[in-house]
Amino acid sequence: MKIEFTLNNALKTIEVEPDEMLLDTLHRLNLYSVRRGCDTTSCGVCTVLLDDKPVPSCSFLSVRLDNRSVTTVEGIQEDASDLADYFGSEGADQCGYCNSGIALSVHAMKQLNKPLDEETIKHYLTGHLCRCTGYQSQLKAIKAYLDGDKHV
Amino acid sequence: MVISMSENTHIVNHLTPSIDGKGIMMGRRAFTEDFAPAGALILKVLRSPHAYAKITSIDASEARNMPGVECVLTHEDFPRIAHTRAGQGYPEPSPHDKFALDHYVRYVGDEVAVIAAKDKLTAEQAMQTIKVDYEVLTPVLDFETAKGNDTLVHQEEDIKEMFPIGFNPKENLAAAYEMEVGNVEDSLKDCEVTLEHSFYTQAQSHVMMEPHSVNVQLDYQNRLVIYSSTQTPFHIRRIIASVLDIPLSKVRVIKPRVGGGFGGKQAIHGELLAAAVTLKTGKASSLIYTRKEVFEATYTRHPMRLDVKLGADRDGTLKAIDFYGLSDTGAYGEHALTVFMVTGSKVLPLYNKVDSVRFHGHVVYTNRTPAGAFRGYGAIQGNFALETAIDMLANKLEIDPADFRKKNMMLEGETSPIFKIMGEGTKGTAMTMESCKLDYCLKRGRELTKWSERYPRYDETDTTVKSVGMAIAMQGSGIPYIDMGAATIKLNDDGFYNLMVGATEIGQGSDTVLAQIAAEALSTTMDNVIIYSSDSDLTPFDVGAYASSTTYVSGNAVMNAAKKLRVMMVDKVAHLMNVSTDLITFDGKTFKSKDETLSLKDFSNRITYNEHQEQLTASDSYVGHKSPPPFMAGFCTVEVDKQTGEFKVLDYTSVVDCGVTINPKLAQGQVEGAIVQGLGMAAYEESHRTKNGRLIENDMMTYRIPTHKEAPHLTTEFADSHEESGPYGAKSVGEIGIDTPPAALSNAIYNATGVRITTLPITPEKILEGMKKKENDL
Repeated sequence: MKIEFTLNNALKTIEVEPDEMLLDTLHRLNLYSVRRGCDTTSCGVCTVLLDDKPVPSCSFLSVRLDNRSVTTVEGIQEDASDLADYFGSEGADQCGYCNSGIALSVHAMKQLNKPLDEETIKHYLTGHLCRCTGYQSQLKAIKAYLDGDKHV
Repeated sequence: MVISMSENTHIVNHLTPSIDGKGIMMGRRAFTEDFAPAGALILKVLRSPHAYAKITSIDASEARNMPGVECVLTHEDFPRIAHTRAGQGYPEPSPHDKFALDHYVRYVGDEVAVIAAKDKLTAEQAMQTIKVDYEVLTPVLDFETAKGNDTLVHQEEDIKEMFPIGFNPKENLAAAYEMEVGNVEDSLKDCEVTLEHSFYTQAQSHVMMEPHSVNVQLDYQNRLVIYSSTQTPFHIRRIIASVLDIPLSKVRVIKPRVGGGFGGKQAIHGELLAAAVTLKTGKASSLIYTRKEVFEATYTRHPMRLDVKLGADRDGTLKAIDFYGLSDTGAYGEHALTVFMVTGSKVLPLYNKVDSVRFHGHVVYTNRTPAGAFRGYGAIQGNFALETAIDMLANKLEIDPADFRKKNMMLEGETSPIFKIMGEGTKGTAMTMESCKLDYCLKRGRELTKWSERYPRYDETDTTVKSVGMAIAMQGSGIPYIDMGAATIKLNDDGFYNLMVGATEIGQGSDTVLAQIAAEALSTTMDNVIIYSSDSDLTPFDVGAYASSTTYVSGNAVMNAAKKLRVMMVDKVAHLMNVSTDLITFDGKTFKSKDETLSLKDFSNRITYNEHQEQLTASDSYVGHKSPPPFMAGFCTVEVDKQTGEFKVLDYTSVVDCGVTINPKLAQGQVEGAIVQGLGMAAYEESHRTKNGRLIENDMMTYRIPTHKEAPHLTTEFADSHEESGPYGAKSVGEIGIDTPPAALSNAIYNATGVRITTLPITPEKILEGMKKKENDL
């Protein structure tokens, strides 16, 4: 089936199978940042922004993409690079498998353009499981990034 | 954070961001799946629906004839070579009880056949057409009835142990062990106060974010090239070659970035089947486990029952410890003996002043998902039992449990006879604790948690109560005289270095830490050391990422190789300047003699292109002569709802002695990640099976690991400590953090409610039930 959608600000027209998930489509297009984790929308490593909202791509049918817009980390390189500096200074990287997905949710939070309390930030991040860090270093890095701290 | 006591270092023990975090966050090609060749065959594994069955026939003809299906392999297609999948030193202390594919299946999820097709859908459709006739057998699912059960999980004759490990399949025993110092039964009789209790720990799943992944191709030299998300690339090469009966020289294993391991990737999972398909078809193949397969068909932590007896005198002197353990290794005996031994060897020496100590028990086969390596590697199970029992004994003696520990625990300069008796699978190595700041860790933890004001409970209202609980722990730093790490470092023109290590970065930060050690030894900056790790063709040997060994073992190899290169460079400069070497100084950028200076850049360019040309390369390797334990004290602060049993961990305070932290932030990350993973085991993670042996919690919706919302506030500090034998004073830090949470939480819950939970996980239901029972007893 032919679909037309916007991928990282560029219009794309591609053929997809009727049962193809967005994660597999993006891998076909060599977008490595979108990771494969749990297959059941539980872990967050396959997060993309769909019309600017974070969604898990592992369970989203590609045929539903028609006329919509998808953003991956490849589309927000500058933001991801900046956020990575904050992660680096908190030692919050570790394996990094979940980090590109987190960068997209943080980008979505930043787009809200208003100060967020810790509970709201945690709410955005609860869908991003991480088995490496224990979360506190991530949370510190993300808060500092959203606050625009200049310590890095 | 305490940063001192190290030698006067400029990179080690300083804040340095990881060298790879940014590229990975930006989505660069990094993980195994990213390197799967375009058009690779997609593999699917047909798995057993039965906990125990004999395959009487397999008909895969329809699948094999389907368009797009390249091949289907069953047990009939493999040579019958018994092996262990465990990635361990050779000969392995794990029984050789596994075949690539077998005509018996021993748990729900055991491999029956592998299907290779042009795409996932075709592979899945082909899989459904394979007709397997099973003779279903009665499984043994309860590990407490496995020993001597009528059902034998392994009836085949062609399986074996590599050296005596107590392997006796006729009794369902994968391994057995016993040791005793003094006479425990006599000592217990003499004790004024004794305590006896059993503890149960569950089959925790690793839940690393990246599922087990592998892709295989034949290169233009007709060699098998395996990209694998493994913790043990060199062991993979050895096992694959021996089981597929091909020379080691025909196999290259490349480990790209790995998305977490925690022990779950310290074995072969899928590599063998993918390699066999590529050998058979000549075509590239890719096998990525579904999350369900990761849960059902890789590894879990060994569930255990630990029967503990302690004896002490009224004055609080601990005199005897008796541990009997029963460990469930599931269908195959990977890491069976060694995990079990660590349950004793990295727990019991904490109390080194006892008159007698015994550790004995059995590791049994059952028809459930195999157990294997998992961060802590037996120590977390032993720690939960011992450190909970110690609190129970202290309560009985009416002594503050922290005071009780202070009186009885290991101190610097001391030893334990257990070190010499118990190794991993073999005899151990005697050692004295040249660095042990456990007393500081305990004291500092008490200060940080306001123990003297808050123990046992504080801020009690009609409906809620807060409390503190604690535990101490130790681990090791590699396996002495067995595990070897090696490094090669070369100087390039323009004056930068390549560092090649077999050591295996799996997200713990070893590439950063090892590059720091090299940069330190060469007085250079991080950007001047380019590290490449874990490629069996290009890097020197290393056993891999396990046993808390990388910083200590591989780190020593890197430090020694870099120091060697430094000497070689100075020698060469002396030769160029025609002066004796002792007149040359080198500050990392410039060589100086009395009246001549030469920059590293000019030097390297000259010896590359202009005169006395030579490639300067140094290699070194290291095998530990001891395994200096990191130590820690963990303190858990909780709030419990007295009406519902619900609780919230308010804070977890860790004070850790891991020697000098090479990278303080990454070391903190190791501790904090392990604490939360340990709290997952302590409070949330649970798996159940149906009566037919099928795993119920087999996805990340039903198997609950802590999220941002469960993770408590973490307070993490390091003791000022320096381990003489470690690189720049370092010990290991990868596992130590996971050990204390189960016991510390159990102790905190008791201090809050008087309810003692001795079966993990600790849930509100169990607490409520305990509180109700207490009310009824009054």
